Amino acid sequence: MTVLDPTVSPVALLAADTSSRELLDEFSKREIRRAILTAVAVPGYQVPFASREMPVARGWGSGGLQITLALVGPEDTVKVIDQGEDAGVNAANLRRLIADTTGVDTTTVAGEATIVQTRHRVPEDELGDDQILVLQVPVPEPLRGVERNMTELRRMHAEGDYARMWVSLYEDLVRNGVVTQTTGYPCLVGGRYVMATTPIPRWDIPKLHRSAHLSLFGAGREKRIYAVPPHTDVEPLTFDDVPFEVERTEGAGCHRCRAGRPDSGVESFLVEIPSTDEGRWVCSDTDWCNRRLASATVTR
Amino acid sequence: MTPALRVDGLGKIYGPGTAADVAGTGPGFNRVVSPTSGGIVAAWDVSFEVGPGEALGVIGESGSGKSTVMRCICGDEDPTTGSIRLASVDGGDTDLRTLSAARRRALRVDRLAVVYQDPAEGLDLRLSAGGNVAERLTAAGWRNFGRIRERASELMLRTDVPLDRMDDPVREFSGGMRQRVQLAKALSNNPPVVLLDEPTTGLDASVAASVLDLIRDLLEELGVAAVVVSHDFSVIEMLTQRVVVMHHGRIVEAGLTDQLLEDPQHPYSQRLVGAARG
Repeated sequence: MTVLDPTVSPVALLAADTSSRELLDEFSKREIRRAILTAVAVPGYQVPFASREMPVARGWGSGGLQITLALVGPEDTVKVIDQGEDAGVNAANLRRLIADTTGVDTTTVAGEATIVQTRHRVPEDELGDDQILVLQVPVPEPLRGVERNMTELRRMHAEGDYARMWVSLYEDLVRNGVVTQTTGYPCLVGGRYVMATTPIPRWDIPKLHRSAHLSLFGAGREKRIYAVPPHTDVEPLTFDDVPFEVERTEGAGCHRCRAGRPDSGVESFLVEIPSTDEGRWVCSDTDWCNRRLASATVTR
Repeated sequence: MTPALRVDGLGKIYGPGTAADVAGTGPGFNRVVSPTSGGIVAAWDVSFEVGPGEALGVIGESGSGKSTVMRCICGDEDPTTGSIRLASVDGGDTDLRTLSAARRRALRVDRLAVVYQDPAEGLDLRLSAGGNVAERLTAAGWRNFGRIRERASELMLRTDVPLDRMDDPVREFSGGMRQRVQLAKALSNNPPVVLLDEPTTGLDASVAASVLDLIRDLLEELGVAAVVVSHDFSVIEMLTQRVVVMHHGRIVEAGLTDQLLEDPQHPYSQRLVGAARG
């Protein structure tokens, strides 16, 4: 990490820096960190930033990647997951890229990481106040489905005018009898801004509510960063008489660690593997599942 | 008693010009384009009051400025001069023009409803009839699905929209039914003032008659103050007790509806009434 010297011309400084393998120069990091600080100061507000070109295509985690690269320092340990899995192609490649270009340590254990970059899941382990969750966001605008005009969208956010978001929930209930939105469920952050919760399942939304950790959302393609600071309210938009429900499949349990079965006493977010026998469900968070298996208390 | 709606000295100039450039326009000069600035004086020195439960008609030929006045009152346009006061906002002490755009828009939720000639302006045609009503209700803070449904069906019943069509997109409705849904939406939060801009123009005669009947019943039943803009005497006669006649952006005559229609004083009113009565 280079320290910026205000007396040296930025251009000269950039030109001189040939040794670094880092993807972001110090100025870009500073710009991203400033956007992050604004985002933390105004929970749920989408802060524009100058999304850099990354060696991954936009829409493939470039936003989350830029946040992680702007934050990592020599003492950090990074965990990267894709749908809860450390071995997913997207996760494995991003992890290697981050480690190669910054020299930072990596881990698969959520509790050991200082930064957890994720696509579409929040780890099952509860994160602490010394940890940062970085989410890769494809569509940061929660109101995109009800309004396409950006000026109007900005006005709606500025005035807290979310009536049309509520109407879309109403229409969904009328048409289908249930709210069908399963991932990216709209939430009110800190009682002020409605936020898109990326495509994380509903299951994970309670884990963002008043959590000890900081959550940062990066959308590289849409050039937006937003945040949920620690201990901030994240309330899913719900009618008083239609309770918010998380995903549960009756009778399903993890085929490996048995989480979710009535006798296990624990629940986790399960994913289905196509199969004809009864072992169709496994934990989405593979590392959490592995650790449960390795501990003595679990018998197969 | 504070009037539900009070408009004082309202004026709107499109294009260049200030109050000084109004001279030389109006009925006396038979023109609305300012000779000094070239701006269009669409309305000038328009003042009236509407009491609670009263319906005021605004009549005039097309281009006389009546819709401009309407758009200035509801906030779709910002007038060049004048003040607009609602009894429901600070008891009529505050000029709505001094409010922020956001507060102005918020008034539309439950203080000042508008029914447009074209239902597409007042409704989201992609949403269901109930959804359109729900938009107003949720904007007013309703968060109980069951109660929103209840209120929406109550309004559908009242505006003669068949209940089994409540959950169909408004896009699939006929013109008359869309207008009924627009009425239901406008009335959803019991606004004390309703502006109706040519509410039945564009509907065929029999549908227009039934929508008019409905509006009259609703105005009587709910006791709201209404401003009805129309070029059609039968609409004004049926709905309003008082009427103002507009010509070239000015009010040329005001009076009781029955009286004005029977015995118009201003030459323009006489022509207008004469043309309508044949």
